[in-house]
Amino acid sequence: MDFSSLFHEFGELTITGLAQGSIIALFALGYTLVYGVLRLINFAHSEVFTIGAFTAVITWGTLGLNQDSPTPGPAGLIGYLALGLVVATMASGITAVIIELVAYRPLRRRNAPPLAFLITAIGASIALSELVGVLTNRNNRGVPRLMKQASLVHIGDANITNLQILIIVVALVMMVGLDFFINHTRLGRGVRAVAQNADSAALMGVNKNRVISLVFLLGGLMAGVAAVMYVMKIGNIRYDSGFYLGVEAFTAAVLGGIGNLRGALLGGIALGVIENYGAGLFGTQWHSVVAFVLLVLVLMFRPTGLLGESLGRARA
Amino acid sequence: MTTTAGTPQSPAAGTPESKQPRGGVRGWLGNQPKSVRWLLIALAVLGGYLLPYLADVPVLGPQLITQGIDWPSALFNMAYYVLLALGLNVVVGFAGLLDLGYVGFFAVGAYSVALLSSPDSVLGTKWVWIATIPVAIACAMLSGLILGWPTLRLRGDYLAIVTLGFAEIIRITADSSQTLRGDRGFAAIPHPPGKSPDGTPIFGVRDATPYFWLGLTIIIVVVLALRNLDRSRVGRSWLAIREDEEAAEIMGVRTVKYKLWAFAIGACIGGFGGVLFTGEQGFINSATFQLQFSILVLAGVVMGGSGNMAGAILGGALISYIPDRLRGVELFNRDAYQYRFLLFGVIIILIMIFRPQGIVPSRRRELELKDRAKEVAPQ
Amino acid sequence: MRQGLARAFGGVAIVALIAGAAACNKSSTSGEKAGGKNCGYELAYFGALTGPSANLGVNIEQGAELAVDQYNKKNGANCIVMKKFDSQGSPDVAPGLARQLVQDKKIIGVVGLPFSGESQAANPILEEAGIPNITPSATNPTLSTKGWKFFHRAVANDSAQGPAAGTYIKTVLKAEKAFVVDDQSAYGGGLADQVKSVLGQVVVGSDKVGGEGKQSDFSATVTKVVSSGATALFYGGYYQNAGVFRKQLAGAGWKGTMIAGDGVNDKGYIQAAGKEAAEGTIVTCPCAPAAKAKGTFVTDYKTKWNVDAGTYSDVAYDATNIFLQAIDKGNTTPAKINDYLKTVNYSGVANTYKFTDVGELDPSQIIVWAFKVANGEVVPDQQAPKA
Repeated sequence: MDFSSLFHEFGELTITGLAQGSIIALFALGYTLVYGVLRLINFAHSEVFTIGAFTAVITWGTLGLNQDSPTPGPAGLIGYLALGLVVATMASGITAVIIELVAYRPLRRRNAPPLAFLITAIGASIALSELVGVLTNRNNRGVPRLMKQASLVHIGDANITNLQILIIVVALVMMVGLDFFINHTRLGRGVRAVAQNADSAALMGVNKNRVISLVFLLGGLMAGVAAVMYVMKIGNIRYDSGFYLGVEAFTAAVLGGIGNLRGALLGGIALGVIENYGAGLFGTQWHSVVAFVLLVLVLMFRPTGLLGESLGRARA
Repeated sequence: MTTTAGTPQSPAAGTPESKQPRGGVRGWLGNQPKSVRWLLIALAVLGGYLLPYLADVPVLGPQLITQGIDWPSALFNMAYYVLLALGLNVVVGFAGLLDLGYVGFFAVGAYSVALLSSPDSVLGTKWVWIATIPVAIACAMLSGLILGWPTLRLRGDYLAIVTLGFAEIIRITADSSQTLRGDRGFAAIPHPPGKSPDGTPIFGVRDATPYFWLGLTIIIVVVLALRNLDRSRVGRSWLAIREDEEAAEIMGVRTVKYKLWAFAIGACIGGFGGVLFTGEQGFINSATFQLQFSILVLAGVVMGGSGNMAGAILGGALISYIPDRLRGVELFNRDAYQYRFLLFGVIIILIMIFRPQGIVPSRRRELELKDRAKEVAPQ
Repeated sequence: MRQGLARAFGGVAIVALIAGAAACNKSSTSGEKAGGKNCGYELAYFGALTGPSANLGVNIEQGAELAVDQYNKKNGANCIVMKKFDSQGSPDVAPGLARQLVQDKKIIGVVGLPFSGESQAANPILEEAGIPNITPSATNPTLSTKGWKFFHRAVANDSAQGPAAGTYIKTVLKAEKAFVVDDQSAYGGGLADQVKSVLGQVVVGSDKVGGEGKQSDFSATVTKVVSSGATALFYGGYYQNAGVFRKQLAGAGWKGTMIAGDGVNDKGYIQAAGKEAAEGTIVTCPCAPAAKAKGTFVTDYKTKWNVDAGTYSDVAYDATNIFLQAIDKGNTTPAKINDYLKTVNYSGVANTYKFTDVGELDPSQIIVWAFKVANGEVVPDQQAPKA
């Protein structure tokens, strides 16, 4: 137990944790949305993420921006970033909707039990990640550097870099946007209605299939944004990058209260920060163990997560 | 491959052998007199023991055996996968508890054997393989209880993530703890005992056939034990818990006790699989116990038909057989082994869409799915 | 029910049919018997050809195959056949493959296994079957302590490489603060421990990360490295994660030098880290630079494979040639070849080979070099300083 390391780097680890947690939170939103509406653990969400990431990187590559290219200036940064976000969110969104159409809708049509959905999700996840793996020869793909990381703010001895601020701000913006959409728009009301009781919603005139596709699309959008933030931070992407991140994101969603949007945000941030503290305290190799032990403890005392499940209720 | 559709679900104990209006192979089998059924089962078991000689079967044999990997080794792989599938079937299929981290129990069994018998271990007790079996199984059972106890209050999907976390904790501990030696692993683990008449050990290094036979024997014992369990009060309680836990509780079923039983027994079988695996390999390290393994076994059980032992056996065998069979086969200029998981993923999706009850469904499950399909609200 | 069952069996049958058809179409080995003496035998490459660290295995296999090709040109086509066994570097897969290998009675020598983990799992089988094996790259020191009589190592092990790396950090880089990271693999962890013991007080911190495919976000470790003020970092592990890690270090503004072992000595490292971040990395290897290989090896390799020789390609070439020389001299059974290996003194393109009684390379033949990444290429730096 390395307490000195933890205290010495406390600020730094907190900031790193917030940045990491923001990406996890964005990713977790996809899980929590789908679960809230369909009671389904969408295992294939990690592949939605990976496909979005690869699409962004490959798009940048075709425009001539690859790993060894010089860092673009501010105009280039904004341009490439916007392009990357658009392309990634489109790819992720479309992938998510296609997965729903191909893998889940046939099961919904015959009202299959939840276990069948889970296994199909696993099958879709395995098939997609292997497909990407075969196409990329299971190699790491380097990501171009869009911004030179520079310390912008100093709090004590902790440095907050521009990239970290970008990630945290983007995550918050997307979170607020999604929250607004779910709570204050007509389509969002449809989502909440289907989450509460799908059949009643259908009786009240909500088009269930369209709402479900919308939910997957939204989850995919969040994953696409998370993907771009991730590749900017990590600098590399591989066919299986989504897997462990997906496990972490799902853990975060459950921690915060699955089905609860704000819970996903809270869970993601909490997980990122706690994992980094755990890494500081016990060594990086134990960081996941810390996260899971935390999860078990939370679930023992609050079996529905920190903020409870509530996509269906008026409060998101 | 032996047909595994041969374990009929007989009517409730006590009623005479009446002609049941059931269709398909199982119905036909169920309607045969008892002597014929036993004969067929005996033939199937004999066929199982003769599987290592499958290559000698004309025409079909050489196509079925694996090319890129030694056939008895592939059979042994199938044997321990089947054992794991049977154990997971107890947890997921019988009791309805979604377990995404089953490899943890496998690891506990394997590491117990390694710690007790390998010269590399810190414990320094160099037991023989046989002596480690009871301890390994006891440890596995204990770990099942440790997993089961905090999760008693959790509903299905929360249980899934906690079991996943449990498996990950075990993997990371295996990777990072000095006692468990991570990637360096434990070498020189003794093999099962026994000497053949000419003095060479039966369980040697080069021939995997005796290990397969040992595995098959263990599978048969486990199947018999589970069958009895399934027809006893324990099995009925599991059925009740799986169908509707709250109703079961109200009707007086001690859900806490039986859920813990399910975990313990599932863990026990998984631990046994670990014991068998370690005895054959002689070397284990943390690379074996990945999360993807758990997920694969779960997919195998559900694909084969969860809740149903024949289905679990078939599913477990298939998830081991198909990748091994693909080894050495050339597709698009690459060894088809590389495409094995892609193929799996697609197969899983297809089977779930077209046959969600599994390849060999349990009767109850099939009826349940038919009922659910009728309940679909208009889209 | 019948329909469903039929569908299921149909599915399984289709899979079997595809596999069977493919197997049928595989052309059998040509029966063309060569004219030279001592022909009709086989050598095997056993190791990773696919998987996360595949490049390291592929380099070795290609070096070995080059040697066999050249031998066959002199002694007749298909005189000696090279069989390949892809273990993917995994100790689970290796035993089954090893059993398959030993059933082929024509295989009288094995070049492999390249990784230490799978060696532990599969070598007992090769040992019991009595198949002599020479590994051109497995550097874990414990492999020669198991009492294996058929095991031979054509390179120095980590107890030479580790101290060399540590000494380099102390004497050449003159670092006062060093950080040690390893990926908890048998290879990486072992090497890191060796480096730590040589560096002693110079080490200001250490950390362990996940292996290939298990971790890609190293920010916690990066934070620790940066805040420790270390100017040198030793990474024990393989090339993919090393590259990702180095890139993140560079992104965090760390200006120190990274040193790593032979598992990172691959262009895959530069591909993962990017040219800018990889610049200046030092990689040690118990091998000499490929360009120093004697004779026409470098050009022959390039002609055959269209890529430059990789790490250990030359050692694999030599190992295969040792086997071929043994066969040429009339040692055509595994036992005879093993006896030959006991007393061999072979001058190859990369080194001169003599084996000790436990199969290690003779200490006087040990070479450890340090390589540097410059302009996106791995170039030789200097021979590693003696501890």
